[in-house]
Amino acid sequence: MQDRIRISCSRQNLQQVRDFVRGFLVSAQRSDLVVNQVVLAVDEVVANFIIHANGEDDNQFLDLLLVLADHHLDIEIEDHGSTLFLPAGKVANPDLRAYIQQGRKGGMGMALVSRIMDQVEFFERNSHTVCHLSKTLP
Amino acid sequence: MGPIMKVTAQPADTTLTLILDGELDASSAVVLDTELNKPELLHYKKVLIDCQRLSYISSAGLGVFISHLQRLQDSNVKLVFFNMQEKVFNVFEILGLDSLMTIVPTQQEALAA
Repeated sequence: MQDRIRISCSRQNLQQVRDFVRGFLVSAQRSDLVVNQVVLAVDEVVANFIIHANGEDDNQFLDLLLVLADHHLDIEIEDHGSTLFLPAGKVANPDLRAYIQQGRKGGMGMALVSRIMDQVEFFERNSHTVCHLSKTLP
Repeated sequence: MGPIMKVTAQPADTTLTLILDGELDASSAVVLDTELNKPELLHYKKVLIDCQRLSYISSAGLGVFISHLQRLQDSNVKLVFFNMQEKVFNVFEILGLDSLMTIVPTQQEALAA
């Protein structure tokens, strides 16, 4: 099964993205915990694209594609903005004690994505940034 | 679209309870940040976070708590989470935050923490 959605680059649309991913995985009869983890991973990447790659310009848009075959989930998030945004896929573990001491707000999103998904990669296609996430679901 | 996160403050003597209702993400985290930024928060001995109706948290929501934790600790204000749904607790666990923050099952345990 597969489904797709297009959203404009406003953080107000994060709820719509989560509802879309939840609806897809719930219909595939996955557990609440697994659904929430995948929803979180997608939310983190989409939020990064909206805020950091597109500066919350709602004239820009993202395409999200979900494909589930047997137990294997593939997710593709394509940024149609003009700026390439290629962060490292797998990231180092954040030093949370230091974050607390520094009162730091950010820097945990991609660590969550790395720990939830089996594979995380960013690449360029037709001058756009694409993020591919995959996971074998229990 | 209405706000996806509602924060209700319930003061009682030396304890302030913040009741979270909704989803805490990069869009709604500012609502919680505003509450935790209030100077009067530092007058309490304990700030309890009731998570019963918190149905989702992303790194933006976690970041709000992390960014205020040291300031609260420096003022001897204890931050305690209770009534947390399993899927929300799981997000704290994934990062190891469950060992750096005080998370207990019930309100009674939160008051005693």
